[in-house]
Amino acid sequence: MNPNLKRLRRSMMFLNCQKPALIKDPYIYSPDSIMLDLEDAVAEREKDAARYSLFHALREIDYRGVERVVRINGLDTDLWQEDIRCAVAGGCDAIRIPKTETGADVKRVEAAVQAAEEEFHVEKGRTLIMAALESARGVMNAYEICTSSPLLFGIALSGGDYTKDLQTSISGTGVELMGARQHMIIAARAAGVQCFDTVYTNLNDMEGFRKDVETIHTMGFDGKSIINPRQIPIVHEIYTPKPKDIIFAEKVVREIDTKKAQGIGVFTVDGKMIDIAFYDGAKRTLALAKASGVYKGDL
Amino acid sequence: MIIGKSAMAGTLESSDAQVTVEPSENGLELEISSSVMNQYGRQIRATVMQTLERLDVQSGKVTVVDKGALDCTLKARVECAVYRSNDIKDALPWGGAIV
Amino acid sequence: MKNAVGREIPDEILALTGKEPFQGNHYKDGVPFRRAAPIIRPVMSNDHSKMVKDIHEALVKCHAHNGMTVSFHHHFREGDLVVCMVMKEIHKMGLKNITLAATSLGKAHDDLVPMIEDGTITRIEASGVRGKIGEAISAGKLKGLAIMRSHGGRVRSLVTGETKVDIAFIGAPTSDDYGNLRGIGGKTNCGVLSYSYVDGDQAEYVVAITDCLVPFPNFPAHISMTRVDYVCVVDSIGIPEKIATGAAKPTTDQRKLMMAEYCTQVVVNTPYFKDGFSYQTGVGGASIASTISLTRIMKERGIKMGFGVGGLTKPMCDLLDMGMVRLLLDTQAFDLDAVSNVINPAHHRITAGAYANPFNKGAFVNRLDYVILASLEVDVHFNCNVVVGSDGVITGAQGGHPDTAQGAKCTIVICPLLQGRIPAICTDVTTVTTPGESVDVVVTDYGVAVNPNRQDLLEALRKADCVPLKTIEELRDIAYSIVGKPDPLEFGDRVVGIIEARDGTIMDVVRQIKPKE
Repeated sequence: MNPNLKRLRRSMMFLNCQKPALIKDPYIYSPDSIMLDLEDAVAEREKDAARYSLFHALREIDYRGVERVVRINGLDTDLWQEDIRCAVAGGCDAIRIPKTETGADVKRVEAAVQAAEEEFHVEKGRTLIMAALESARGVMNAYEICTSSPLLFGIALSGGDYTKDLQTSISGTGVELMGARQHMIIAARAAGVQCFDTVYTNLNDMEGFRKDVETIHTMGFDGKSIINPRQIPIVHEIYTPKPKDIIFAEKVVREIDTKKAQGIGVFTVDGKMIDIAFYDGAKRTLALAKASGVYKGDL
Repeated sequence: MIIGKSAMAGTLESSDAQVTVEPSENGLELEISSSVMNQYGRQIRATVMQTLERLDVQSGKVTVVDKGALDCTLKARVECAVYRSNDIKDALPWGGAIV
Repeated sequence: MKNAVGREIPDEILALTGKEPFQGNHYKDGVPFRRAAPIIRPVMSNDHSKMVKDIHEALVKCHAHNGMTVSFHHHFREGDLVVCMVMKEIHKMGLKNITLAATSLGKAHDDLVPMIEDGTITRIEASGVRGKIGEAISAGKLKGLAIMRSHGGRVRSLVTGETKVDIAFIGAPTSDDYGNLRGIGGKTNCGVLSYSYVDGDQAEYVVAITDCLVPFPNFPAHISMTRVDYVCVVDSIGIPEKIATGAAKPTTDQRKLMMAEYCTQVVVNTPYFKDGFSYQTGVGGASIASTISLTRIMKERGIKMGFGVGGLTKPMCDLLDMGMVRLLLDTQAFDLDAVSNVINPAHHRITAGAYANPFNKGAFVNRLDYVILASLEVDVHFNCNVVVGSDGVITGAQGGHPDTAQGAKCTIVICPLLQGRIPAICTDVTTVTTPGESVDVVVTDYGVAVNPNRQDLLEALRKADCVPLKTIEELRDIAYSIVGKPDPLEFGDRVVGIIEARDGTIMDVVRQIKPKE
């Protein structure tokens, strides 16, 4: 199994492939992933130009461990197959499918990715897939999409197109996104894949952005799509476990490890009833704390 | 490859380069201007020449207006202009002539 | 001969200027000298008029002649109209061989280039030169040498008599008919007249040029009638909006915000950050952002600033208005907020001499804890270049950079690793303007480097684990790995300018650029 299926993806930043100044060093902002865009951000007559830039950026720029996802053009265009050839040949880490409607869409991309891996002698299974859901139909089919391919690491909501399809628009309150968010996170968890929230486009309202991230963090999302590096520190701050949670998680892991050896199943930590069901969550908290640079312990 | 017709790629934004290719009978003519000519003119010329060689372009007038582009951008713009001059958009030799 | 920063200073330049090569920051410390005194023409009669009808009359009355030195200030920054106005009159009179000794020259003075070409202006002394004049000097069009010196160094060169000003022209937002001058109260306000104070003291003739004549006495005067020979009223001395050259709005560029945050972390985690600390910062987006984030931490920890000094901007004035700094010592207003803040009683004017003259019995810069500076280039010896672009063309000014860098206990230089394709952190700067011994910390978007001379600061930052620490060589290597190693610049043989150290020795020379093919 590709170990990157479950990697940390709190912040996934969109970058226009057609803009050399944007793609040359986004890693200084420490996003977990960048999403190099061949789709909406690129003007129709520059679609070809964006590919050459993408290819050489993937080959020559050292992104210093930041995951490189490529957003290809939609499956309803004549561009997406060449996009995949270019991205896979360049050595990207994942393909993001826009406007995914069904599991079959994922299958088509999976086949193209596998063909490209073979054509360009890329290690088989190296290139992962994520699916963006941008319509009511796509959201309804979330579980089917989540379970369509072993290469699929997660699904992402694309709120702009989705709300248009619902015949409403982004209000800033999140009300119009509530159903999709709830449905998608449940589907993703049921299928054991990750789930990512849509972008927040108002850069003048950083407080609104913070509230939005707090909401999706509470809902269980793994991360958020980002359109400006200024948004990254806020996401990482909210996803960083609080000191009391880290201390508690550390105690839980240690206690379960020792109690298990002694054959004890249920016990208390800081007055809370604890059993083996808490183990994975506590481990996740510590891993997140480590990734955020606030935990340097040995667990 | 030949230069089929005049074509252009890239912009004059910072960190970019604008490359124009035109058909020519007189072998390869390369004209470069750059905001970083004094320190990187030699390297820009070398990168552009290598890219044209890999594309097997032996004749044509190539004009580069560089605004501090990295090598990866220079290559991308040269390739884009050359393929545009031949109206080629698909089945490109990624990792072959484009490398 | 090689100087203390390893720069080759040609013998003929040493002979021509009578100067010594730079020998380290403390070479002239405590070395006695005699202050130069100007010729004065006393005014004793009670019916004497100082008013002249125009600049021409002022020039005639001040015995303007071939080969003279005229001086100006740059408080109006990009909005200055005075230098060109006076130089045009000098040009019209057919005078030649003039030394232009301005505190700084910029884009507002592009019109002077033809006067350089026709031999009206043959020497330039300034903090630096931006715009077309810089290009003209680098192209070898100035017949004599351009001398670039810091604000403190300029005051030194006047008080030692090295620079002898024949006529000082002082653009004054307000003046009375007897030459009491203020930087405020008129229609083209610049707040303070700090740079011209020494010209008032040391020039043979002093002419005030104003566009707002006010009743006598214009008080309290920033420059006194006791120093002024003539007063000339003109239509306009400057364009107020151009005094603030951008940067007034807080930046939203995450790269700058990141560097600002690193800078703030360096300040608050080094030992001088305690109640009563002193601080100077500049106008760059990152400097302004770091003042804002520093304010937040000062509030959290209940730490107040003792004094802020230098050129001032809105965030520094906000600190004063919030009671977070005991007093501000102003040498220059960088934006209109700073101009209007001068009315705050704790916002004090100081002269460029009190600010930075190394040949005082002490200057304010010597009492700085922190200074936040920018730089075009920093090399692995921590030498900074703020005057000459990486393409070899003169394009900036020393300002107070070398003065504050030497004076402050902790000198922080903020500089993005790359400017387009140009690596700002490099093996050797194009031209040394501030010696590495003055520079303690370099903040880039790729990490923070501490001068190995400052193990104390390095240790404090390591312990705090607050910024990504790198060596300066690591930063240079990262830069070169991204953009490639730059080819060395090719210069002509002729020296067109010298970079003077604070103490009057030669830090570096600037050569004519080779014309591009």
